This record gives sequence, structure tokens and C-alpha cells, in this order.
Amino acid sequence: MAPEELELVVSVPPHIREREEVSQIMFWVVLGLLPATLGGIYFFHFYAIKVIVLSILAAVATEALFQKARRLPVTINDGSAIVTGLLLALCLPPKVPWWIPVIGGFIAIFLGKQIFGGLGYNIFNPALVARAVLLLSWAEHMTKDWYTALKVDAIARASPLFLAKQVKMGLFQVDLTRFYKICLFGNPSGCIGEVSVLLLLIGGGILLWREIIDWRIPAGFIGSVAVLCPLLGMDPIFHVLAGGLILGAFFMATDYVTSPITPNGRLLFGIGCGLITILLRSYSILLEGVTYAILFMNACTPLIDKYIQPRRFGVSKGK
Amino acid sequence: MRPRTFEGGIYLLGRKEATQNKPIEDIPLPPEVVIPLHQHVGPPCDPLVQKGDRVLAGQKIGDTDTFISAPIHASFSGEVKAIEPHPYFTGTEVLSVVVVPDGVQEEVRLEVPDQDKLTPDRVRSIVREAGIVGLSGTVFPTHVKLSPPKERPIDSVIINGCECEPYLTGDYRSMLESTESLIVGLKIILMTVGAKKGYFGIGVDKAEAIKRIEDLTAREQNIEVVPLDTKYPQGSERHLIKAILGREVPRDGVPMDIGVLVQNVATTIAITQAVREGKPLMERVLTVTGPGIKNPKNLKVKIGTLVKYLIERCGGFEGEPGKIIFGGVMRGEAQFSLDVPVVKGSQGIVVLPKEMAEISSPRPCVRCGRCVKVCPMSLIPTFIVTYVMEDKIDEANAAGVLECIECGACGLICPTEIPFIQYIRFAKNILLKERKT
Repeated sequence: MAPEELELVVSVPPHIREREEVSQIMFWVVLGLLPATLGGIYFFHFYAIKVIVLSILAAVATEALFQKARRLPVTINDGSAIVTGLLLALCLPPKVPWWIPVIGGFIAIFLGKQIFGGLGYNIFNPALVARAVLLLSWAEHMTKDWYTALKVDAIARASPLFLAKQVKMGLFQVDLTRFYKICLFGNPSGCIGEVSVLLLLIGGGILLWREIIDWRIPAGFIGSVAVLCPLLGMDPIFHVLAGGLILGAFFMATDYVTSPITPNGRLLFGIGCGLITILLRSYSILLEGVTYAILFMNACTPLIDKYIQPRRFGVSKGK
Repeated sequence: MRPRTFEGGIYLLGRKEATQNKPIEDIPLPPEVVIPLHQHVGPPCDPLVQKGDRVLAGQKIGDTDTFISAPIHASFSGEVKAIEPHPYFTGTEVLSVVVVPDGVQEEVRLEVPDQDKLTPDRVRSIVREAGIVGLSGTVFPTHVKLSPPKERPIDSVIINGCECEPYLTGDYRSMLESTESLIVGLKIILMTVGAKKGYFGIGVDKAEAIKRIEDLTAREQNIEVVPLDTKYPQGSERHLIKAILGREVPRDGVPMDIGVLVQNVATTIAITQAVREGKPLMERVLTVTGPGIKNPKNLKVKIGTLVKYLIERCGGFEGEPGKIIFGGVMRGEAQFSLDVPVVKGSQGIVVLPKEMAEISSPRPCVRCGRCVKVCPMSLIPTFIVTYVMEDKIDEANAAGVLECIECGACGLICPTEIPFIQYIRFAKNILLKERKT
């Protein structure tokens, strides 16, 4: 072939790629959520399926709609809207009316993501923004629409965190250790994704193994809860297992866009999440603190990124 | 024992299978060579010959009086056809001497003393006259490196045998085929700078080279072979020193500041050939390789040979070529022409077929942190790029853009295909210009 016929690409190095696509990363996140999703469907049957499908559809449709409206390339293929929709569904009670996941999916993508400029620009975790809005607007549905298919006694039917609060206020006497097993293997009174800590840990393990998420965030989150609880006279094992802590620590707090970028920043972010969760669970009127803890730390992320940076090569510690 | 290494970096596929077991070959006489008069860090050389002159192989054809520079030699005997600007691998044009070889290959050599009369100053002047520069692509004049000031003595010399760029195998083959010259070269350097200890830092993927050099240096008290992890960019001077000696070159300093001198394999062999045989630098070993080359080879090539002859020599293209790279795939420069000559710093020619020559489509950063994890300088590459995009060059400077060694690891793994080096070079250019004025 004559040289003048050659069509050569001239660009900066590197000239090879060994990258993981955004869509591949999202695929692994969905896979990591799959055990808990299936667990939710196993416990809550059709109710879970309905919420999950509606939430994902609403999220993806909103993403496509707003990108079309802004005349941007539609990027629903990158899977990030699917992840947002699924995450939202997993932190909703199974028996919420059909319009809750639909409004939630819309809010997550519109208020949580597109309004900031889309993937990469949002400040807060989109799924949690939606959950917070739903929680404030329809508290009744968001805290009472549990479902139980199991024949269990009245105590097991109540939300563990609700009971824990009662116990702390001295209104009620119950041994919290009896919830260890329930939370680990199958807790019927909670959100769809919170039925089994074991299933969440399997999924989280997959993400750690694939190095999709940084271990520092869940380690800081769970670790600080475990350390702080005894200091406040609370049961650390119970508070790690109950509610949305594991779901939040492995799948929500680890969202790339809204968490710090440096290793030490991530550890601090995780510790902050744990600290605020326990403070909220302990001193606020709220039962659960994970959502607001992560949202608060999301807001601190730019600050953490600014001040917690690695020591640069060839720069001595004292500067 | 785990091989020593540094923090950060990335494990790359070696992609060296095609040429690692092929001995270095000579190539036949090309119809002409184009010898650029600027093949080093420092000001360009002035031509010492005129059109129509007959030159001998090894004859000096370009030089300057500046200390930081290196003369240029003719690589063939023949007639000077022209002295004109010619396309250069960086994309610019450089004044070059075009020589038409006469096929006689009549050579001149430098005058060298007997080995027992060799002094450090004599070595420096021979190395200067031989036009030796860092052959790993840095092309820093070697005699300058061999002249440390009194207040900064060198205690350790490291020979860089990492060759961590994928595909390239020229240094590996040279370590196997010119082992004695390599060891002699290290001894010459040790003597010249008065250093006590010499090291070979070699990737554990080059087990055969490690063994050969270990066998030949077993009795040398002051020479040690250090097997290193095959992580990228282990061959970076700073990270090589860190892995072997545990010392860190200050961010705005040079290895000399911490008493270390690093030389590349090809440079060390060139020093031996100049000091022992009086041979000026007029050829080098390079790998012509990549999935876009029919028959990849390690070649000994005369400086000034045009790429098109090398590709011809290796059986031509395999499929349709999409990218032709001077150097390696991680750090090399993509070419738009086949009429570019091999220069002293050319470690390899890598041809990628059309399907591998992708044009990146950058999207907004998703802050996954992968670039932070791999950056061997512990920078936050995506922040630097964001600053440059927003025209905040001073912020980019504060974030350490000038510390970037342009290893390309961040660009390799970025899920959103951000062309880091593009922005980083842009900022560096502005900052270095500002610094000059």
C-alpha cells in the first residue's frame, strides 16, 4: 500500500486501553445487588417485583427524557440509571402504592442527577435524594407499608429499629440479640433490599473482589458504628445488622460520583457516615439515620477532597 | 521473596511474546538516511558538512559549543545529498543531513587511550565526542550526567533493565546478547563518577537476563542484581531508585540530588563501545513490532533510517495500519508519516492495526478514583485535567501538573476515556514558558 493512502490516527499516548467501561462497572454493581434483590423477591413476592420494575422504568425513562429535552446523547446504555432505580427500589418498603416508586425514580434522576448536569456532576446520591424526598412527603407509606409473609410473632413483625428506639426510651423491654439471626438471614419487616444482611454481604463481597468499590468506605462506615455503639451504650452488632446500614455502606456510600476520590478521604467519609448514622439513631426522632448520614457526607465530599490528599511522590511529609 | 517495587502503578500485559526470543538482526543498506541535527535535550547542532561532501561513517557532521548537547555523526559513508528541514518524530521539522550511502562503509573512530590509562575526565570527553545521550527516549546528554558537581557526589549507579513498556524487547535482547559490554559499561560509569555501588534493576519477567548478569557478576562485590516487580512504570527513573534504594528524588530535583545515577541498558552498552572501541553513537537497537506488523523483529538500525524501510524489512503491515508509534504504546508518539527517521531516542516502532487505533470519546469524569490509584506520583490526575479544562493553570500547577512523568497509566484505565496527557502537556507548556520569561 502506498504511504499516501494510509489513514493514520495521531493522538496522545497511551495508545492502548485496558479500561473497564462505565457500563461494565454498572453491570457489576447490579450483579452485586442481585442476591439481595432476589432475597427481596423471595420474601415479598409480587410486591417487590412491582416496586423494582416501576422504579427502574421510571429512572431510565426520566434519564432518556431529560437527555432528549437537553439535546444530549441519550446514555441509558451506561446502566447508571438502572443502578439508581434498583437502589431506590431496594430502600423502599414492599407494600408502598405503585406511584411511590414512579415518583421516586423521577425525583432520583431529575432532582438527584440531571439537574446538576448528569452523571459525574451530581452532588448527592440520586437514589437517596429520592428516598429523602419520599420520606418527608409520604412518611406514612415510607415507614409503615411493611409486608410479612412469614408467620411470626408481633415483635418480629415490628421494625427492629423501631423496637430499639422504644427500648432506648425505656418504653419497652426486649432482648435485641434475638434480632441478630433475623437480620442476617431474613428480616420480614424492612425495605426490599434489607431482608438479609448475608445476601448483601455476598454482593458487597463481589464488588470488593472485583475492586469495583473501595473497601475503605464500608470499613470506615461499619467500623465506626461498631466502635461508637458501645461508647453510647448501644448494641454494636444489632446496629450494624439492623436497618439499611449494610446496604448503605456497600452500595450507597460507595457511589463514585458522590464520595471522595482519594483513599484516605474515602476512609474518613466512611467514618463520618457511621458517626452520623449512630448519632441520628441515638439522639434524633428518626428511627433510621443511614440516608441522611450519607447525604450529609455527600455534601462534605468536596471539602474532604480538598484537604485529604495523598502525599505526593518526592514531597517530604513536613512539606 | 517478593520482588521490590513502588506504590501505585499498574500491572500491564507484557505483549512481548512476538520478539522476546528473536536475536537482534542487522538490516541491509537503505537508499538514504536522514540524520536530524537535534537528537538530544539542549540546543540543536550546527551542520559541519556541506551538500556534496563525502562523509565517512562515524564522522562528526553536527556539533555546538553548549555543554548540554551532543554531537551528531554520520551513520554511513556516502555523499551529503542535502541539508534541509525534514519531518521529525515529534511532529515538527528539524534541520537534517541527508546522506546517500556509497556501500563502502568506510569508518572513522574516536581516539581512545589504553584501558589502564582511562581517567574520569577522559571518559567524559569520549562520551561527549561519541554523541551519547540517554537512549531510553529521554535523550539527555550522557557526559552531563557523568559530571556530578563536587558538592553532590554519586554513591550508587543503577542500570535500568526494566523495559516496562509493552511490546518492546530491545533492552532485553541487548542484556542477553551484549552482557559483557553492559557490565563493563557499569564499571566504567562507577569509575567515572566515583560511586561505590552498582545495581542492575531488572524486571522479574526477564528471568533469563537476571540469571545471565548474576552469573557474570557473582564475584563482583560492588555490583548487585535486583529483581523488580513487572509493574508499570517501574522503569521510571524515580520509581526505580525508590524500589532499589528506598530513596525519593525530590519533586523538583534530579537523581543526582540524592546521590544516584541511572543509566539505561542501551546507553551503557554505547558507553562501552565508545570508550573501548572509539565507536561514536551511530546505530541503536530497537524493536519493530505490534499486531500491525507482519514479522516483528529486534533490529540494529543506523540512525537516520526512515521508518518505511524498517517496516519493509519486517514483512510490511499486517492488515490495515491504524497507528504508527515511535517509542512504546504507553509513552510513544503517534506518527502521520512513514518518512520519519530513527533517532538516538527511538526505542521501538509499534504498529497498531486499524481496529486498535481507537479515537477516544471523552465523557465527564465519574470520579471512580482509578487514576488516583494508579498514579505513581500520587497525584490526582482527574483534578488536574479539570483545572486545565477550566483554564485554571495555576491551580493545575498547585495540584502538581509539573510533577507528572507522563507515564500514561491514568489514560490507560480511565472508564470515561479522558485524554489526560493532552491536558497535562498543554498546562506544562504554558507553565514552562512562563518560567522562562
